[in-house]
Amino acid sequence: MSIKQNFTADALPDFRNLGVVARILLGVNALAFAAVLVAEPGWSAALERFVLVAAKLEPSLALALVVLYALSPALAHLRYWQGGAAVVAIALAVSGALHAAIAGLTGDAAAGLLRTLALAAIAALLLLAYLRLLTRAYSPALAEARLQALQSRIRPHFLFNSLNAVLSLIRRDPRRAERALEDLAELFRALMQDNRQFVPLADEIALLERYASLEQLRLGDRLKVDWTLQDAPRDALMPPMVLQPILENAVYHGVEPGTGEGRIGVTIERRGARVLARIDNPYIEEHAQRAGNRMALENIRERLQLFFDAEARIERRVVGDRHVVEIEMPYRTLRTLRTARS
Amino acid sequence: MLRVFIADDEAPARERLKELLADLATEVPTELAGEAANGLETIERLPASGAQVLLLDIEMPGMRGLEVARHLAGLESAPGVVFITAHDRHAVEAFELNALDYLMKPVRAERLAAALKKAGSAGPPAPERLAQAATQAREYLSVIERHRIVLVPVRDIVYLRAEMKYVTLRTRAGEHLIEEPLVALEREFARVFVRVHRNCLVARDAVRGFERALGGEDEPHWNVVLDGLAERLPVSRRQWAEVRLLAKDA
Repeated sequence: MSIKQNFTADALPDFRNLGVVARILLGVNALAFAAVLVAEPGWSAALERFVLVAAKLEPSLALALVVLYALSPALAHLRYWQGGAAVVAIALAVSGALHAAIAGLTGDAAAGLLRTLALAAIAALLLLAYLRLLTRAYSPALAEARLQALQSRIRPHFLFNSLNAVLSLIRRDPRRAERALEDLAELFRALMQDNRQFVPLADEIALLERYASLEQLRLGDRLKVDWTLQDAPRDALMPPMVLQPILENAVYHGVEPGTGEGRIGVTIERRGARVLARIDNPYIEEHAQRAGNRMALENIRERLQLFFDAEARIERRVVGDRHVVEIEMPYRTLRTLRTARS
Repeated sequence: MLRVFIADDEAPARERLKELLADLATEVPTELAGEAANGLETIERLPASGAQVLLLDIEMPGMRGLEVARHLAGLESAPGVVFITAHDRHAVEAFELNALDYLMKPVRAERLAAALKKAGSAGPPAPERLAQAATQAREYLSVIERHRIVLVPVRDIVYLRAEMKYVTLRTRAGEHLIEEPLVALEREFARVFVRVHRNCLVARDAVRGFERALGGEDEPHWNVVLDGLAERLPVSRRQWAEVRLLAKDA
């Protein structure tokens, strides 16, 4: 399941979308007003003229929008340039027909028909270009590129120390060394995987456990992790590698700088339609001032936003002597995503 | 037999080094002088251990490796030091720049052998080079008492005053003599201390106020009123302009 959706950057705008309709209305009127301003020297003259122009303009604009609304699904099947041509044709047909109708009423002949058609074509083309730029700016292609740039990284510090710990095990406890290397391999597989796909929470939890067991190897009794996972909705979908970097931070900033035992709490639970994850660790002030901590959180925040838009949040705070990171995201499963899609 | 001391906070890392030392026994005969799992433990245990070479992890809790090395450098029989790091690019740069020996984790047997031989013959690193390699101010100042290193937390120090070739370090509990130039201390701890006189640095946090000293044989001048000490310290006319700003902050 990818965040990739069914449209590409080169698709016609959705004429049933309120934002698109509003932009067309405003855009066309702005164009007309600009034209009037150019033609008339004074403000009041320009305003009077605009009222006259609007009286002709609004009916054709409204009619064109209704036609576009009705044909929108059909237009979506066309290639971009075909669809664009169709939109321009609709604009021409509507404005031409209305021009003819008004001309018929007033008895005025076909005078100015060409001018009306040219203006309609220009307006249609300009708005198409503008809306295309707009879709490009918010396109999933860009979001994907952004996601790839946000690929999370494990600290080299952790990699080399872990390899060192495994080396120390090879002679004394070869079986444990084997398990540790397997854990390390899986962790790196997860790190290098495509981070644009949703993964089930169960996978993320497995990853957390592998990571914790590697750190346990290095730190021994200094690291204690209290897991509270019985209410974790294991089928919930989420972006990959969201929780592991937070646990890594908790170890790096909360346990490693201390000489004694450091406790980390990991709680994941479902609250109605939300999934709540909370990781807390001892707060060691001198260490918190070092950089690197915020960056990982910013990275996760941005990825959550790309996957869930405004529906997810991540927060860090210090409560007494504990440093707490909380993530809240919507509870989505494979099933809810499918029904939303169809 | 080269006496080697191992300081690393991760037990597996210490085990690994011991295995490697055993593997190298014929090439570089060594014996284990001691082990420590953090910086403070190293300071405590090393002086009596008779170690000739210290294998020192730089990313340790309690006190960072480089500071440990700086305190040890004051010992009469200071050991040669080989720093060990998993991945600290800044530290490695500083080591290179100041010609200090270091190894990267995971450590290879042949590199370890070379480093041991070198450190065993070259002796302890020069304190100046260690100071230059340091990126952060120390958390402690140290005084060597016989074969023991006494650490004084920098935050406990009320003032530092130069007298002859020593600097008196005054805490609320007592005083010590250290052999470090006042200028270097002023530079390293610029954020903690302020110079009030040609020969005196006072902890910014310990300044409670100022009072005017009149008469006597001295010219009239200002004195620093200290937090927790009855003693008054004179402010020189040259420093007054800067020091008086503290009065506003306080």
